[in-house]
This record gives sequence, structure tokens and C-alpha cells, in this order.
Amino acid sequence: MSGPLLKVENLRIELTTRDGVCPVIDDLSFELEHGENLSFVGESGCGKSMTALAIMGLLPEGVGRVAAGSITFDGEELTTASRPRLRDIRGNEISMIFQEPMTSLNPVYTIGEQIAEVLRAHQGLSQKAAWDMAVELLDAVRIPNAKGRVGDYPFQMSGGQRQRVMIAMALACQPKILIADEPTTALDVTVQAQIFDLLRDLRKDTGTSIILITHDMGAVAEMAERMIVMYAGRGAEIGPVDQIIDHARHPYTKGLISCVPHIVDTLTDERARLTEVPGIVPGLAEFGRDMCLFASRCGMRVERCLQERPPMQDFENGQRAACWRAEEV
Amino acid sequence: MADETKTPLLKVENLGVRFAVKRGGGFGHKSWLHAVDDVSFTVNRGETLAIVGESGSGKTTAALAVARLVDAWTGHVDLSGHDILAMEGEELRQVRTKVQFIFQDPYSSLNPRQRAEDIVREPLASLTDKSKDEQREIADRLFAAVGLRPEQKRLFPHQFSGGQRQRIGIARALATQPELIICDEPVSALDVAVQAQILNLLKDLQEEFGLTYLFISHDLGVVQHMCDSIAVMYMGKIVEHADRLSLFDNPLHPYTAALLSAVPSVDKARRAHTKRILIPGDPPDPVNLPKGCRFANRCPVAQDICRAEEPELIDRGEGHRIACHLVDDSRQSVL
Repeated sequence: MSGPLLKVENLRIELTTRDGVCPVIDDLSFELEHGENLSFVGESGCGKSMTALAIMGLLPEGVGRVAAGSITFDGEELTTASRPRLRDIRGNEISMIFQEPMTSLNPVYTIGEQIAEVLRAHQGLSQKAAWDMAVELLDAVRIPNAKGRVGDYPFQMSGGQRQRVMIAMALACQPKILIADEPTTALDVTVQAQIFDLLRDLRKDTGTSIILITHDMGAVAEMAERMIVMYAGRGAEIGPVDQIIDHARHPYTKGLISCVPHIVDTLTDERARLTEVPGIVPGLAEFGRDMCLFASRCGMRVERCLQERPPMQDFENGQRAACWRAEEV
Repeated sequence: MADETKTPLLKVENLGVRFAVKRGGGFGHKSWLHAVDDVSFTVNRGETLAIVGESGSGKTTAALAVARLVDAWTGHVDLSGHDILAMEGEELRQVRTKVQFIFQDPYSSLNPRQRAEDIVREPLASLTDKSKDEQREIADRLFAAVGLRPEQKRLFPHQFSGGQRQRIGIARALATQPELIICDEPVSALDVAVQAQILNLLKDLQEEFGLTYLFISHDLGVVQHMCDSIAVMYMGKIVEHADRLSLFDNPLHPYTAALLSAVPSVDKARRAHTKRILIPGDPPDPVNLPKGCRFANRCPVAQDICRAEEPELIDRGEGHRIACHLVDDSRQSVL
């Protein structure tokens, strides 16, 4: 198959709230290549998870809907696909792991039953074959003594092991895309390192494309080739990870990178003050206004930012940023 | 920190906290979970000691014991000459004004039915004899100090953002003019951009009021930025304790080294030359601890002695304390 694996064009998702209809995703476009790792970064409430749910066809029913734009997966339009077709794609072609490995597993079924269920539903395997496959998958995600653990219940496992079980379930049908929504936020750093290592190896072995949603710039730098910085439902900046970290073109990206005390190699007694991004992400009611939504928190704001929404500007190597002053950043 | 300020404010010696757990063994059978085991450290006045470690390492429990919010079963805690663990009644109430807590979750640590001003006033009302007018006056000053506007005083917690709530929590902790503030993961529930605001505020307040922080965190980047010295805990024990430069430049305990190498970095150079030390498996069962070093089952360089004898926390020079059989006074990395 030529062309990108997933193509999202001018996507607009509207949520109906008490205060009216707001665009939680507003004119978002991006592409995901075969075997690529793309990261979504931004604060809470910027639309990262909403984008993932839209791709999965899991927008909250009656509340959220795709108002405009298209999501094309392997040449197939997803926004208009039928429910049975979407169900077929979910789990089979695109699957997802969530932040909370504690709450995403069913506590009353053994992990073997839960993994086998995916295989029986999507691939029509027999009970026995699915169970054997579950053992294999547990082994693949490096659960020690997989044969002995397959009959365990979720409460018998640690957080890191549960996340591995989630990954095993997500990979059961060898999906083309794995969406990982903050997969390690609830885990300790040494366990996070294990999970990242596992994801990297699995990608190498299976060629699965990964969409990693995170707020940790370090994780992005470590895992992804390209990233999208989201702000208030819009793409603020997109491009190759190293290039953006070296030279961000959007003040928000810059703020996100420099506001975090990153661990450094050459430590001195001097400690620079952290750069602050003042204020917080605007409320949903503000979304969709014809202005730069970051303007209220931006140190480089000019009159124009308040009057007109900045379009995406192109830079070298496919780096793009939506800022009126991107040239100067 | 200037040298003349290096007087110890808090001295913790051989602190132990244990919890009874029911596990097998029939009716009335009790096992002990030693959440904090033989922990000793000193915090100098005006400085910040960070306690780092993963969930379940006992860092929060140790801090709670220092603040007398859980009972220690053994050990001494000395705060500027007061034996905290021996205190009762009125005396204890007085000491509580000297040690205050900033909690991790700004949502559940504020009473949703109290107005912001009353939350900040609460420690003064319950621990001091100040009049209501005095309490309000102090609350006003603290509101300004933590960067909240006076007109926000009468609002309820739900009307604030997460970062602002944490500011209220900080103002509350400052109300009684404490000598020691225990910050338990003060920014880990906040969005990254808001974290910087709170960390800068904590630094400013430390300078302004000469505060001493016991700073608990699992985020090593934050710790590197905030602290003067660091204690690393694993399964209830301190495994390494050193000043900031020594610990980050020359981590000697294999666990510390693994922990540091696990932190994802945006720095390309650091990524290129840091060897990731992956530690397999999970920590042991805290109720049935293995003999010997608690880290031995995951340690990449464990020897026979590590599985037989528990290493002591030994000062290997310049106050760099390590609990590892393989590290000697040359302070060479064992990895």
C-alpha cells in the first residue's frame, strides 16, 4: 500500500455541552506512515485523547461527533464507516491501550480469558487455540512464567504487569496501528523504561505504527520520530522530534520544553529559574474563536494574535507551526 | 546554601514504621509490613532534602511519621531540640505548628465546603490562640505571598484550577510559620506548564521565609532542580544518600544508577551516551522480604554475599552514604 497508513484531514470534532456546541478538535490534519511512531503532546484538555477516540470511532455517543474533515485508514474512510465495520477495525487493525492499567482490565475474569476473548471475537479462534495464543502473547510481552500466570486475575499482578497484559491484548490481532494513551503515566520510571523498551522491540518485530499520547517531552524524545503539539483542540506544531526540540517554532512548544526541569548531565550549583507558561488552558467555551488561543499565555503576543487565527506555516523537513511569529521564535 | 546556615533542623534516627497485615496463618495471625525500616537522615536549616523512590518505597510513610501523622514504632525524630515522637497533648499541638504538610492531590486535600480563606485560616484556628482578626490578616498576607488575588478569598475550592488549589494548600502550610514543610509530591498531579509555576513559587518562598523542605518526589528532574541533598529509598530503606552534585554525578548504588538511567531525556547528547540499565522484574513482597539485600533479585551485579547479608548504609566519604556490599571507599561505580 502506497501513501500514509492513516491520514487525518481538517478534522473537526464538536462536543455538545451545557454552554452549546464547542469544537474540541478544530481543523486538525496529520499523517501517520507505516511503521512510524508519532507522538501527541500537550496539557490536559487540549484534545489529544479526543483525537485518539475519534480514530477509534469511540467518541462519546450523543455528545461528540465528527463535524467535518476525514480520517482515512489504509485508503478507507472511517468517519462514515458503519458500526459493524468500525467494530471490525477496532482491535483488529487499530487498537488502543489506556493510562490506567488498573481500571481497563475486568477484575472478575482471568487475564487469559480476557486476551482469548479478543482472539475469539476478532479471529474466530477456538477456545483452546485462543488460550494457547494468550500464553504466547504474555510471553511476548515478557511476563515471566507466562504459562503459570495466564490463569491469574488482574489483582494478582503489579501495575507494570497489568500494562503488559493490556499491550498483549492490544497486539493480539497484530494491528497496524497501536494507540497508546499515556501508557506509563501511572507507572514508576523503572517500569516505564521496561514498557518503552517493550514497545520499541515490538515495533521493530511487527512493524506496527504507534501513536503515543503523552505530556512528557522526554518520553517523546526517546520514543517518537515525529510529534504533534496540541493546544486547545488545534495543532500548534508538527514535525520531526529532534528538530522541534532543537528549534521549536511555536512559543507553546518552547514553553512545554523549557518549563520542565529536565535531568541534565553537567550539573552545577547554579540553578536557573524554570520558565513559566503563565495561566492555564482556556475553557471549552473559548475553543473555536478566530484568534490564537494561546495568545493569553504567550510572551510574544501581538495585536494580530487576538484578531486572527494563525494558519500552519511550513518550515524545512515538514516542520509546521501555527504562529504568526513562527519565523522569530 | 552558605555555610553558616548548615545547622541541622531535623534529625531522624533509626526510624521504623510498621503495619500489621493479615495474611494466612489462621485466626489472629499477624504479619508485619515494615514500611520504613531503620531510616536515618538529617535536614539542615534552610535546605531541601529530597526523598526519592518508587511507589511503595516508604517515602511518604517516613514523612508522615516525622509529622506524627502515622505512629512510628521505633526511632527518634528531633526537630530543633524537640523529641517529636515522645510528645503528647498540648506540647504536640505546639510542635504541629512547626511542621506542616503540602499534599500531592490538590483536589482531595482541600475541604470542598470551606472557602479558600477559611482553609488557610484553619491551622491557625486549631493550633494557635490567634484571634479571628489576626487569622484573617495572616490569611490575607499569605494569599498575596502565594500569588492569589484578594478577591478570590471567598471562593470555594471547585472554583479554582489545579495550580491555584495547590497555591491554597501552600498558603495553608505556611500559616503557622512552620520551620519544616513536608512537600509530598507537590506537583505530580499538575499539568507540566503549571508545575513550573508551583516549583518557582516554592523556591521563592524558601528564600523569603528561610524554609526547610522535606521534598518527596518520584520525578528525578524535579528533584535535581529543587534539592540540596537526596535520599533514595527502596523497600523501606535508604539505599543511597548524598548531596545533589555527588548523587547525580556519581550514583553508586545500582538501584540509583538504574533509576537515573530510566528517566527519558530531551537531551540528545545525554541519550546518546547514557547506558540504559534495565532492572527486570518487580520489587519483592514487602511482608516476606528476602534475606540479604532487598534489591538483590533485580540487581544486575548481585553476588552471593548480597543474597546472604543485608548491607548497611555506610558513609564512604564526604557524606556519601551507600548501602551496597560492592561499593568501597574509592567510590568507583560497580556497574
